[in-house]
Amino acid sequence: MEQKYYQKEIETMPVEEMKKLQSEKLVKQVKHVYENVPYYRNLMDEKGVKPEDIKGIEDLHKLPFLTKADLRDAYPYGLLAKPLEDCVRIQSTSGTTGRRVVAFYTQNDIDLWEDCCARAIVAAGGTNKDVCQVAYGYGLFTGGPGLNGGSHRVGCLTLPMSSGNTERQIQFMTDLKATILCCTPSYAAYIGETLKEQGYKPEDIPLKAGIFGAEPWTEEMRRGIEATLGIKAYDIYGLTETSGPGVSFECSEQTGMHVNEDHFLAEIIDPDTGEVLPEGTKGELVFTSLDKEAFPLLRYRTRDICVLSRKKCSCGRTLIKMAKPMGRTDDMLIIRGVNVFPSQIETVLLNEGYEPNYQIVVDRVNNTDTFEVNVEMTADKFTDKVSEILALEKNLANSMKTMLGINPKVHLVAPKSIARSEGKAVRVIDKRKLV
Amino acid sequence: MAIKQLTIFVENKQGTIVDVTDTLAQHNVNIRALSIAETEDFGVLRLIVNDEATAEKVLAEEGYLIKVTEVVGVKIGDAPGKLSAALGVLDKADINVEYLYAFMARTEKHAYVVLRVEDNAEAEAALEGAGFHLITNADINKL
Repeated sequence: MEQKYYQKEIETMPVEEMKKLQSEKLVKQVKHVYENVPYYRNLMDEKGVKPEDIKGIEDLHKLPFLTKADLRDAYPYGLLAKPLEDCVRIQSTSGTTGRRVVAFYTQNDIDLWEDCCARAIVAAGGTNKDVCQVAYGYGLFTGGPGLNGGSHRVGCLTLPMSSGNTERQIQFMTDLKATILCCTPSYAAYIGETLKEQGYKPEDIPLKAGIFGAEPWTEEMRRGIEATLGIKAYDIYGLTETSGPGVSFECSEQTGMHVNEDHFLAEIIDPDTGEVLPEGTKGELVFTSLDKEAFPLLRYRTRDICVLSRKKCSCGRTLIKMAKPMGRTDDMLIIRGVNVFPSQIETVLLNEGYEPNYQIVVDRVNNTDTFEVNVEMTADKFTDKVSEILALEKNLANSMKTMLGINPKVHLVAPKSIARSEGKAVRVIDKRKLV
Repeated sequence: MAIKQLTIFVENKQGTIVDVTDTLAQHNVNIRALSIAETEDFGVLRLIVNDEATAEKVLAEEGYLIKVTEVVGVKIGDAPGKLSAALGVLDKADINVEYLYAFMARTEKHAYVVLRVEDNAEAEAALEGAGFHLITNADINKL
């Protein structure tokens, strides 16, 4: 198959040239941030780093890190580097990990972001003859707007479906002969199952490729989706903090995602020491936005555990590749094989009108994990009827099951009864001896 | 007509009830009737006291979750079959009793039943219609 690129010069640029380009951009970007973002200027000053100390990417390690906590502290405008009149858009995270991020974009930021998504679509075989069905959510979530913009740039006929309403998705897909599907892998699997139930065989489905991301998925899941839909499934990675989907994307080799490193400079660090690790070593993925004007994060710690590689790729792209993230550095628990983030519990509690005061207790009994969540009762939910309180526990357990995929036992406890150490609640008690 | 009942959320562990009763004792609140429903995790303590305003205030200050609910109080004779007679009236009127508890008077030869139903007025009308005498907090304080 003939390889096509959206921006060939960048995507196949010799590595040394790319590093030179990155260095030039970094020097400019650090100056821009230092001058316009007092929050980051303070971090640099505290570390004793001046913009003139950064002469190229070899000096990147001198810069302070930014974390999710910084984003929360600086919410909403603290990391903004452009006057609001130069900004044209915000996007925001779903808040699934508890803290909402609001990112700002100038028109140029959007243009470059859409270019990144266009590169992903072309790498998946997309051309202006394709019909691209975007079934990511539209709105604050970056998935829909990002791929929608990328699809326009490639010249595909774009179906801005947004997520949900599977019947309608299938009707448009089959009537208008969609050839590329962009959505979360779990939704792709669901659409595939629905098509199968309706008697569609893979060869009856017009799709040829899918671009799936925004949530973790396994290789096994990929093979399943590919078989059901009769397509090739491509992974795409991104985060609202840096722009959205398209920070990196897969090519036909399907052995990792090429980072759009002309815009996003990737590093792997030791999550405990912050030390930069050599290529090929597993560690925490860190991104520096080289071109972002409105919301340029320098050395942003993604908390994704990952490996970078410059191994030559059969697609001809020279862009560095990142492996599918293998985990997270924050306090994720694996319970009965399922990834559970305490912040997901927090989200459920806030949605259901409880105080975000909880304690997760995990143990292992007869080789099976037990999963209990203690939640403080609230005044407005308290009633004199035991049956109603038991129903509250059951409803909470159901909501948590929907969010997490596994069923906890929920215990409502007295207000302020959850143990706090040094003023901070102990959120997780893991009694399992897994050594 | 109804009686004000205090409901207190307590954890199902040692010492939680005595903490509540100590607090009430310190503030000179007298408990006239008490019931507790417990589950594996928690208990729901239901009290009828001589001074519910003080009780509610002092327990809230201690950080307890308290709910004041109006329940139906009815006087029944202290003899076999009297409780059945009262409950039979409600059953005939198709009124569901969520929970109930009973207590005796010190002086009179009477027992009293506290009933939690969905619609107090309906239950009261049914009981009064059958000749039962309803009681209030004031009546309880006189016992």
